[in-house]
Amino acid sequence: MSWTDEEVVPRVRSVAVTNDARPTSPVGIFWRSTIGKKAVMAVTGGVMLLYLLVHMLGNLKIFYGRESFDEYAHWLRTIGVPALHGAWFLWIMRALLLVAIVLHATTAYQLSRRDLKARPQKYAHRQRLEASYAVNTMRYGGIIIALFVIYHLLDFTTLTVNRHGVEGAAYDNIVSSFSVWWVTLFYIIAMLALGLHIHHGFWSAARTLGVHSAAREKNLKIAATVLAVLISAGFVTVPIAVLAGLVD
Amino acid sequence: MNLTLRIWRQRGPEDRGAMVTYELADVSPDMSFLEMLDVLNERLILEGEDPVAFDHDCREGICGMCGVVINGQAHGPRDRTTTCQLHMREFTDGETIDIEPWRAAAFPVVRDLVVDRSGFDRIIGSGGYISVVTGSAPEAHATPVPKDIADAAFDNATCIGCGACVAACPNGSAMLFTSAKVTHLNLLPQGAPERETRVRDMVATMDDEGFGGCTNTGECTVACPKGIPLTSIGNLNREYLRSLTRR
Repeated sequence: MSWTDEEVVPRVRSVAVTNDARPTSPVGIFWRSTIGKKAVMAVTGGVMLLYLLVHMLGNLKIFYGRESFDEYAHWLRTIGVPALHGAWFLWIMRALLLVAIVLHATTAYQLSRRDLKARPQKYAHRQRLEASYAVNTMRYGGIIIALFVIYHLLDFTTLTVNRHGVEGAAYDNIVSSFSVWWVTLFYIIAMLALGLHIHHGFWSAARTLGVHSAAREKNLKIAATVLAVLISAGFVTVPIAVLAGLVD
Repeated sequence: MNLTLRIWRQRGPEDRGAMVTYELADVSPDMSFLEMLDVLNERLILEGEDPVAFDHDCREGICGMCGVVINGQAHGPRDRTTTCQLHMREFTDGETIDIEPWRAAAFPVVRDLVVDRSGFDRIIGSGGYISVVTGSAPEAHATPVPKDIADAAFDNATCIGCGACVAACPNGSAMLFTSAKVTHLNLLPQGAPERETRVRDMVATMDDEGFGGCTNTGECTVACPKGIPLTSIGNLNREYLRSLTRR
């Protein structure tokens, strides 16, 4: 192998700082930067995590029986009455969650695109030393969770694909869905993906928001594992109970 | 030692490039990795071929000029060691060693194993300094710095800007490099007057240069020959978010 004179002479770009076309308002700077977008991801992830924790605990009410669970499901639609009218609380929460999901997904998409573009060529000899399984499945896991949420809403909120599909009969709707093996399987896979997502996402979000002490990070990692196991296991107990005949 | 080397050869920025295999005999285990490449290059020159281009300068592990990806690891298998300080005793006789340049969109290959790291210079140029009137050095004791702050600033100041963090990061992110510089200067009283503009401008330049974002994989800190900790990235995030709430 040898070089010829016709080869392009490598040029090192001049060392100069370009400031053109940069936003000047704090919000503009924040939204355009990778750190700002990650902060949005972190906060919206936290909102959804909080919601999931409450959702999971609520689901466990199914073990108190049909009547108790259906009553709880009905109560969810009347929170805040009479200060709030009808299902207002529910709709406010749905709007909040929708904003969180849209922002989380938008920033995830924009950052992922950027990240993939920043490393266009792979190594012939690839070695990952540090990244865990949870880290490497954040993107695919997120997509699985998003697809699951769509199915989940069609199943239990709009009742479009629910086999029982009677409004107000939350208990029977759940039992009918989890009596189908592939619905249960999809549910369990999605919950495992969710667990992995939280396992990396929780402390990662904390660092994005500025945690920078090694001791605090260690505690946050433990908290992330506890939260991930608790939420995944909590959600999965319901379909398992239906399968085992404990709930029918 | 007899070695099989698979080295990335690329004539210039526009060339596609490919891994080329070379057999190298009688390598001394006491040679440094770069000396081993020197031996190969001497042979290539005698055979009328072009030598393998690679960056190097001090060969003492302090200048940050050298650096290649060896068997998928930036700076090779030894912890906290630059390529020049890596010795062939780390490898075994008969081994096949893959040698590749840093891979990142922001670090385009110039030739073979040489990449253009001037993106780092532009990040430094946008805030990695303190503005002082030059002249005689001020009395050191005039500005007291607590020991723990001085130590933390020094730990971050040890960054040599080699780019191993970017090479190891699956996103080609320069967060560890930028965080080391920002943490170093923002911790010290001398860096305080430009604390907000520094982090804002350096992050903006970092993003403009086409480096990826941080996904907290932790690959960078493992590759770093100076052991810059991941907590510096947390501190960069904190400094950045703080700077946006102030003028």
